[in-house]
Amino acid sequence: MSGVPWGETRLVQGNEAVALGAIASGIDFFAGYPITPSTEVAEILARELPPMGGKWIQMEDEIASVSAIVGASLAGARSMTATSGPGFSLMQEGLGYACMTEVPIVIVNVMRAGPSTGLPTQVSQADVMQARWGTHGDHPVIALVPCSVAECFHLTVKAFHLAEAFRTPVIVLSDEIIGHMRERFTFPAKGEVQPVPLSEPNVPVEWYEHYHHTASGVSPMARFGRGYRFHVTGLTHDIHGFPTRRIDEVVPKMNRLKQKITRRLDVLEHNEELGVQESGVVIFAYGSVYRSALAAREILARKKKKVGVFRPVTIWPFPDKTVKKNLDNKDVIVVCELNQGQLIHEVERLTSDQVRVVPLQRYDGYGITPEQIVSKVMEVS
Amino acid sequence: MAAHLPYEYIYLRYKKKFPHVWCPGCGIGIVMGSIIRAVDFMKWNMNDILLVSGIGCTSRMPVYLDFNTLHTTHGRALAFGTGAKLANPSLKVIAVMGDGDALAIGGNHLIHSARRNIEITTIVVNNNNYGMTGGQFSPTTPVGALTTTTPYGMMEPVFDICSLAGGAGAVYVGRSTVFHVMELDKIIAGALSKDGFSLVEVMSPCPTNYGRANRIGDAVKMMESLQENTVTIAQAEKLSPEQREGKIVRGVFVDRDDNEGYTSRYGKLCAKAAEEVSRREVH
Repeated sequence: MSGVPWGETRLVQGNEAVALGAIASGIDFFAGYPITPSTEVAEILARELPPMGGKWIQMEDEIASVSAIVGASLAGARSMTATSGPGFSLMQEGLGYACMTEVPIVIVNVMRAGPSTGLPTQVSQADVMQARWGTHGDHPVIALVPCSVAECFHLTVKAFHLAEAFRTPVIVLSDEIIGHMRERFTFPAKGEVQPVPLSEPNVPVEWYEHYHHTASGVSPMARFGRGYRFHVTGLTHDIHGFPTRRIDEVVPKMNRLKQKITRRLDVLEHNEELGVQESGVVIFAYGSVYRSALAAREILARKKKKVGVFRPVTIWPFPDKTVKKNLDNKDVIVVCELNQGQLIHEVERLTSDQVRVVPLQRYDGYGITPEQIVSKVMEVS
Repeated sequence: MAAHLPYEYIYLRYKKKFPHVWCPGCGIGIVMGSIIRAVDFMKWNMNDILLVSGIGCTSRMPVYLDFNTLHTTHGRALAFGTGAKLANPSLKVIAVMGDGDALAIGGNHLIHSARRNIEITTIVVNNNNYGMTGGQFSPTTPVGALTTTTPYGMMEPVFDICSLAGGAGAVYVGRSTVFHVMELDKIIAGALSKDGFSLVEVMSPCPTNYGRANRIGDAVKMMESLQENTVTIAQAEKLSPEQREGKIVRGVFVDRDDNEGYTSRYGKLCAKAAEEVSRREVH
């Protein structure tokens, strides 16, 4: 195969869909380091990018990989890397740098079981909090969680768009099941997905401010080598990018970093709800577990047991308002995740004491089955 | 631009960012001057130059120079630089780092950048310690030397930066000092003119930390010792082994043209890949 098979229906693997989604988004640059279970993304792009003139490089480690994509992005390339838990840990340094310097990049983390080397070939969702808080310091994060091969494609495209629109790193949190699963997928017709346009400043060179204050918090970004000579540093900086310790420059920078994300939940929030309004019992699930939740809902319906399913697709920023509005009036929320309890704390934070928030957790390297969800629902409601 | 200013000012963000952060007697400013003169000699357009650095005293240099400038994380200048160079091969990438930045935390990136032969000129300012954090030992602190983390004397052997870079595949490797400025200008210009990975080690005094800890004397004394303790390659050849003991050799150790640069090879790979794919599609 060569390029995106526009309009065709095929049996596609999740990681393959990520790679093809990146190509559909106009990826110019990939840097990575081999790691199970994400390696197919790198392998497919190693085959696809060179004939298209795209840049692909295998770096000496994951720190170098994330650093290279930040450098490439600043030099005008739509850039991505793909990794898994241990590599994602190493990338936290560059992720924080990209947050601070407001450089658009896409990081795909195909989650496997940890901590440390853990169960390298088996699934988990235990990097949810690492995605949110893994790098040091206050910082904004956007993380998207696909639940299917189709979403691996479409959310990768979305990640490239959001990274550019918000000038920030965007994380695609896939998992081993989704990454290695093969499903029937119909690629969009040619022209339906366009390469992400890169912003360009339209001011004279001498007026350019690399971190110009705008109402949205995001300003068009110049790239190296196009006549706008600017400074980029991980030190806290002023609107020109030069280091500063002035309180009247530090605080606005920090506020803008946060608010450019938190004030745009209208654009970023992305949930899926099935029968939530009319059910007293709701299954909260995301990623591969969502598929089991859908199957469980059907089994329960046959048993005349009505349950709703709530899934955040964008998990960071977390959909606070919607969870509070739609779930705080429920009897029971069963939070299913492949870890020892991560997003459940967000649900607990947003619901009052009358709502029973029940965990269903699995962290043995296997997925949660529909039967497990069914029996948990029967047990608690 | 006022006519009486030296031409070096053209390259400085002199109205915005001065005074600089470096201590009195530090040699990094002299290296900056050499880089400016070498760039001017190359007649490069400032818009095409990317100056990338890591963390540390030397790595604060980009803020003062009016190029595209990128101050990255500790040790990673070459990884960021590799990404930028491969993404836009028309950029002229210069990396400036200190000895700790380049050889300890960034050692892996250094050897792999040299192995790939990515077209980046790397300037390693070697002041024998971590200056910015207050004078801890680095991979180039001489055996026996005192630093805040070697209170009983340095016991680890040192890295020879030039041998390391040459062994890893750099096409141009040189060493000079901030005392020998004319020589340094030439060696840096030589490095800039290569289409591959080039590295220049610049020995530079850190009177505030290293000099004080080892009672070497003030900045002037440290500069004098750079003159006394170093010899050119030609001079070294004439010395007996006893006379060479303790002397550091200056000059260009590697200058080869038999190793094509990474982005140039990558361009050929793309052409080959495109040809293979089109041949497959025809069949």
